[in-house]
Amino acid sequence: MDEHRLDGNAAAGVLAEIFTFEITTARAACAHCGATGEVGAQMAYVSEIGTVVRCSACDNALIRVVRQDDGPQRYWLDLKGVEYLQLRERL
Amino acid sequence: MAEAPRKLAWCIAEVVETSPDTSRTKSLFLEIPGWEGHRAGQHIDVRLTAEDGYQAQRSYSIASAPEDGRVELLVERLDDGEVSPYLTDELRAGDGLELRGPIGGWFAWEAREGGPLLLVAGGSGIAPLMAMIRHRQAAGNDTPVRLLFSSRSYEGIIFRDELERLATGDETLEIIHTLTRSAPPGWEGYDRRIDEEMLGEVAFSPDERPLTYICGPTPLVETVATDLVGLGHEPARVKTERFGPTGG
Repeated sequence: MDEHRLDGNAAAGVLAEIFTFEITTARAACAHCGATGEVGAQMAYVSEIGTVVRCSACDNALIRVVRQDDGPQRYWLDLKGVEYLQLRERL
Repeated sequence: MAEAPRKLAWCIAEVVETSPDTSRTKSLFLEIPGWEGHRAGQHIDVRLTAEDGYQAQRSYSIASAPEDGRVELLVERLDDGEVSPYLTDELRAGDGLELRGPIGGWFAWEAREGGPLLLVAGGSGIAPLMAMIRHRQAAGNDTPVRLLFSSRSYEGIIFRDELERLATGDETLEIIHTLTRSAPPGWEGYDRRIDEEMLGEVAFSPDERPLTYICGPTPLVETVATDLVGLGHEPARVKTERFGPTGG
């Protein structure tokens, strides 16, 4: 199974299925090392199984999302790696 | 009032024109129903569905400016790809294409954000940066821009003629090419992969606090970002968009 190391921007599509706010410019605080930064500036690992956004400072898994496509769509969203997400309207 | 959040939805766009750029790349021009515009640097997701229901999805950067009437996608044909050979070889004007977007506000630039702007592209990584250059031109903006563009050969330089035309007579737009595999006789430009020495010569000084956007294959993006930070550029002003090792 290929897993590609990409930018947080690469997780924008699947996360936009869940969040109505722009996620790549949301600020995430890492629950492990405390670093804060925009989701787009973190690393994203994208595979057929799912998407993991990792802290660019310490590699902690910030956001994990798995989507099940057969039948009605279901999502598993694991946010325990983030202390908080700061979402904002775009002016 | 700020823009209301909206849900991202799939729709069927119409291909209105296809046009080869180089032997390996093609531009697709699209009319997208309900399209509310994009910001330069954003991408869209394209989804193909086979008769048996199998789906393959890829992301493509938008190469057109927000001011352009049609949305242009630049597609590089990857011989073993699941999606790109269909887009470059099979898709015709009048066909439908399922997509959603625009996506990704982080790797985006608007003229009002200013600069100076340092753009570094490898191959088809030029697409989102071309959108920024076209947007700046369409907006009549004079933010100083330097584009460092790595291509395999002179013939392989994507958007070569348009870039040359835009830079002619515009002292604030500088385009620097490097050719990594073959250079024509008499070529006086760079002829190697981008390295720290080249960036030191080409990039704005860190004191000028350029906004930097890097897009291309992962190794190029990571090398350039690391070198720029090593040269003293602020990591928070260096934005990257990795295409990954294959794309597809």
